[in-house]
Amino acid sequence: MNPTLEALLHFLATWWVELLWGVVIVAVVPLVAGYVVLVERKLMADMQARLGPMRVGPHGLLQPIADAVELLIKEDIIPDNADQLIFWLAPVISMVAALTSMGAIAFGPTLQVARDINIGILFVAGVSSLGLLGIVLGGWASNSHYSIIGAMRSTAQLVSYETAAGLAMVSALLLSGTLSIRAIVDAQRQSGVWFVFLAPMAFFIYLVASIAETNRAPFDLPEAESELVAGYMTEYSGFRWSLYFLGEYANMIVVASVATTLFLGGWLRPFPNVTWLSWLEYAPAVLMALAGGYSIYRAGKQPVAVQTGFMWAVALACFAVAVLFAVPRFVAPLNFVLPGLNGAFWFLLKVSAYLYVFMWLRFTLPRYRFDQLMHLGWYILIPLAIVNVVAVGVAMLLENAGWNRWVGLMVTTAFTLGTALYLVHLQDKRNARASSAKTDVLPGNSYAG
Amino acid sequence: MLDSVLFYFFGGVAVLSAVLMVTRRNAMHSAVFLITTLMATAGIFLQLRAEFLFIAQIILYVGGIMVLFIFVIMLVRLDVALHHVRFRMQKMVAVLVALALGFEVLAILYAARRLPGQGLFISEITPPDKLPPNSEELAKSLFSAYLLPFEIASVLLLVAMVGAVVMAKSKKGAEEQ
Repeated sequence: MNPTLEALLHFLATWWVELLWGVVIVAVVPLVAGYVVLVERKLMADMQARLGPMRVGPHGLLQPIADAVELLIKEDIIPDNADQLIFWLAPVISMVAALTSMGAIAFGPTLQVARDINIGILFVAGVSSLGLLGIVLGGWASNSHYSIIGAMRSTAQLVSYETAAGLAMVSALLLSGTLSIRAIVDAQRQSGVWFVFLAPMAFFIYLVASIAETNRAPFDLPEAESELVAGYMTEYSGFRWSLYFLGEYANMIVVASVATTLFLGGWLRPFPNVTWLSWLEYAPAVLMALAGGYSIYRAGKQPVAVQTGFMWAVALACFAVAVLFAVPRFVAPLNFVLPGLNGAFWFLLKVSAYLYVFMWLRFTLPRYRFDQLMHLGWYILIPLAIVNVVAVGVAMLLENAGWNRWVGLMVTTAFTLGTALYLVHLQDKRNARASSAKTDVLPGNSYAG
Repeated sequence: MLDSVLFYFFGGVAVLSAVLMVTRRNAMHSAVFLITTLMATAGIFLQLRAEFLFIAQIILYVGGIMVLFIFVIMLVRLDVALHHVRFRMQKMVAVLVALALGFEVLAILYAARRLPGQGLFISEITPPDKLPPNSEELAKSLFSAYLLPFEIASVLLLVAMVGAVVMAKSKKGAEEQ
């Protein structure tokens, strides 16, 4: 046999799981991103007492596909004076960075593309931050003032909050003592609690910083729809725009996965070491069956026969997934897929919960002003993150010195909370001084103060 | 087989984009090709199982320094700036540096040929899956054998940071007066 072919076959035989999983990620993430958008619109509608998209498919279930088709057949506009090469390259960088970083995320104990990478969590954080290059280059290549200013704002925001997010990640890494994603999750299994309970402040800092890093409200300054043109994406339309959009939603999934891995126990079920809770192993199948039952209940209430049929199809799909979860549990030869299936279920459930919090915050909080955003990042979050790293280290030392883990933890967390309050107090004083200075300069100005 | 394919791929991309980086007229294109070179070099690091070096290259050089470069190119109008500052000696200096670098590489290759065995000296052959964890080993040597240089470098960076802040502040103060 041809040696090249032989080497290729050997390569495929060794790595087919990883290759397949990589292809699945690239193929499925765009679809998932589309449905995340639909869920977001539906939630927004629910919180504002509206119905949201209802026209395409029952309850608007086919809306993402209609949107995708619309974007694909739009005219592709490239401004005359744009830098062709970089204009083409920038959205691709954004999306490729987000999708590549998913390669190192472990969705289950075995579902990982880069299977023995020793620096998994750094890989995810570092590669997903390369999306920044796509933003800067896209803003520059458009050759437009709106784009370039939007790109500057985006970059300033991302760079500021990356520091805080990185320091928050360091706190969790201190607890796990490793950079490998699987070992981090295993460390949480061994210590018996998720790290969110051991380092609550770190989780909070990461939550805030990750919202800012994904450009979402209340920190969506780069593309504040109601105030600005579209920031760095001003000159982009159609397919190129949708690449940016896809990169952004993929990035949301990435930060949610990182938070899940570091703080929420990855693919572990709740209370992985408590044996009397092992009925939770049946939860995936039961939950999917319940979703199917609810779809059948809704099917009778659809206005049109087609939509009733579609609802039945959704119900059947839910039941099929439920059977998929249930069968390996009762059929012994298939038991080996069980950890992967259940792990993926819990992992995706946690990621969805994290994304739900993102959306919830978006619909609840008003947008920050740009200087407030910068002050929050540099004067409050970064110092707090540094103090928190030291506090977590001290808590670990105290535990080694024989203290009860929870006592040491409460002392250090209380200290960090105190620091947070002090920092907020300082910021308040700074604000008060600034506004009083303004009234001095402009006496009688009704806008000041 | 696969290893050499990957090596020649990354090496080829690195060399080609390095050449393109020097020859492009547009500064932004040069920056993009420099990013490509750095990424390809990172790929070679990963192939050598130096995972930590790989990710440090990506985070620091591509994600940090190159973003700064691009920022500067974006903010400064290069055609105007080049008229103000013209460094006439550049070609001479460049030739000198290139010659020195070439001499260094040749010296290394010459020294390597005299060692036992063919090609470069390899200290100890370990199978790739038995290598000690990269980042841990690096941390150990940084914080034990090379603690003093490490601390000196940290202090240097801190001084540079404080210096930058002071310079930025004083300029602002001068404008206000």
